[in-house]
Amino acid sequence: MIENFDMSLVDWSRAQFALTAMYHWIFVPLTLGLAFIIAIMETIYVKTGNPEWKKITKFWMTLFGINFAIGVATGIILEFEFGTNWSNYSWFVGDIFGAPLAVEGIMAFFMESTFIAVMFFGWNKVSKKFHLISTWLVAVGSNLSALWILVANGWMQNPVGMKFNPDTARNEMVNFWDVLFSPTAVNKFLHTISSAYTLAAIFVIGVSAWYLLKKLNVPFAKKSIVVAAVFGLITSLFTVMTGDNSAREIVRDQPMKFAAMEGLYDGSKGAGLVAFGIMSSTSENGNDNMKDFNFKLEIPNLLSYMAYMDGDAFVPGVNDVINGFTDNDGVVHPSVRTKIEMGRKAIHALKTYKKAQKDKDVNLAQTSLDELNENFKYFGYGYFDDPYNTVPPISITFYSFHIMVGLGMWFLLLFTLALLFVYKESIVSNKWFLRAAIWSIPLAYVASQSGWIVAEMGRQPWVIQDLMPTLTAVSNIDITSVQITFFLFLTIFTGLLIAEIKIMLKQIKLGPNHGGH
Amino acid sequence: MKLLLTLKKIGMFYYEGFAGQKSWSRQVWLIIILKLFIMFFVLKLFFFPNFLKTKYTNDKDRGDYVIEQLTNPKK
Repeated sequence: MIENFDMSLVDWSRAQFALTAMYHWIFVPLTLGLAFIIAIMETIYVKTGNPEWKKITKFWMTLFGINFAIGVATGIILEFEFGTNWSNYSWFVGDIFGAPLAVEGIMAFFMESTFIAVMFFGWNKVSKKFHLISTWLVAVGSNLSALWILVANGWMQNPVGMKFNPDTARNEMVNFWDVLFSPTAVNKFLHTISSAYTLAAIFVIGVSAWYLLKKLNVPFAKKSIVVAAVFGLITSLFTVMTGDNSAREIVRDQPMKFAAMEGLYDGSKGAGLVAFGIMSSTSENGNDNMKDFNFKLEIPNLLSYMAYMDGDAFVPGVNDVINGFTDNDGVVHPSVRTKIEMGRKAIHALKTYKKAQKDKDVNLAQTSLDELNENFKYFGYGYFDDPYNTVPPISITFYSFHIMVGLGMWFLLLFTLALLFVYKESIVSNKWFLRAAIWSIPLAYVASQSGWIVAEMGRQPWVIQDLMPTLTAVSNIDITSVQITFFLFLTIFTGLLIAEIKIMLKQIKLGPNHGGH
Repeated sequence: MKLLLTLKKIGMFYYEGFAGQKSWSRQVWLIIILKLFIMFFVLKLFFFPNFLKTKYTNDKDRGDYVIEQLTNPKK
């Protein structure tokens, strides 16, 4: 059935969505994290009454404001794309996506837009306490906005709490709490926001390090580094913890993605973790997607331990998922070939059901409906012929995952060293560290984007796990319009990014004594 | 009367806030306005019509179309 799809349209639609989402994600994490860092700084100001902390708060608030303003509404383009380029998907997800996004819209509008005005315009106009509460509410509000979109994304990775309605072709929510508190959604939210906090902490340390290198605003920079390093150390430890939980959840619900993240082709008991690996450009197993390793540094048993808290547990590889396996809880996972058969039955049953309804054949409609319900779990597999088409791009998933984890470890060390050097009063003289801190700003963005590449490339070919492959989600529209808008977005977003960097750099050069906003 | 006074206070709060902005704030406001104009009056109008809403007038037809696409895909 795969030959019935225009793959170049699918690829361009994916490229367009990826471009928009990745640019959007340049602005979002700094907003999420910097909001809390500012709230902490303002809390210190209100507690101590020290005007130096007010100056510090106002400076970082200026950078927050620039980032917020440039990034605001860039996510709306994604919603445009849902309606135009991904109409089958948008229809199929039904109210599962609509409800969380509606809540997000209302929350974002009322909490952020109301209190952000107090945050920027309210100095000396409202009481210190009310201003502080507003700053905290902006931080909480922006993070709550992120909650709903991440819940929706979590549902796409692990669809729960819904029932497919064959009359409308939509999934209907039957349990809101199952959707909200699915382990995938919870882990995704916590891991994403904690990584955003880490990015913001690195941003503050990096900018402050620049001042220290230039011997400008030294007390300001040191104070900023202390707040950011403590915040960053806590949040990066939390990121590691939530990442660990996420991995344990992925190995159960998306074992193929987990195998791709680790480049694990054949599963085993006591599987080792590839700490570092370089993939070959060739493949001896005849599958171009499953490249051999030229070199790999493997830590024995660690992957099994990470996945199941048991160093001897069985971790399934790509071939095991393809051929079927029995997991450590004794649950039998059918082969992809079996899932393809079930998917085909489900698609056929849906077609027959619709026809039977049209012909008013009640018995056939009921039989088809029963068959659809029985096989719906693997509906999306019915579009594939070759089981290996259900394997995500392994190299990119593997490298993105390892880049993210490797940089995460560096950030932990960075925060620890920052605190150590501030404590020893040697941070100004450690010029290598200050330079490393500045270069860590782009690295934080690389890590953050890599995380999303793992999440989204690793779940391919699915747009909704097991139910809807990406190729069936796209609208049957003219490819030229997708190509035009791709380059339009590229131009617009690059322009916005350049504007942000220029305005920010100008404010950074002016420094905290310029008076903030 | 009290409500009017409160509304006036809120209005003044925003007026004074906008009036007292620094140059960077004015720059970003300009970018925001330009961005929103491009998004809603160029992109949304000319490039991003809602595919199913434009093609069909009711939900039944939209559902039937999606089912046709899912069960009988054609290039």
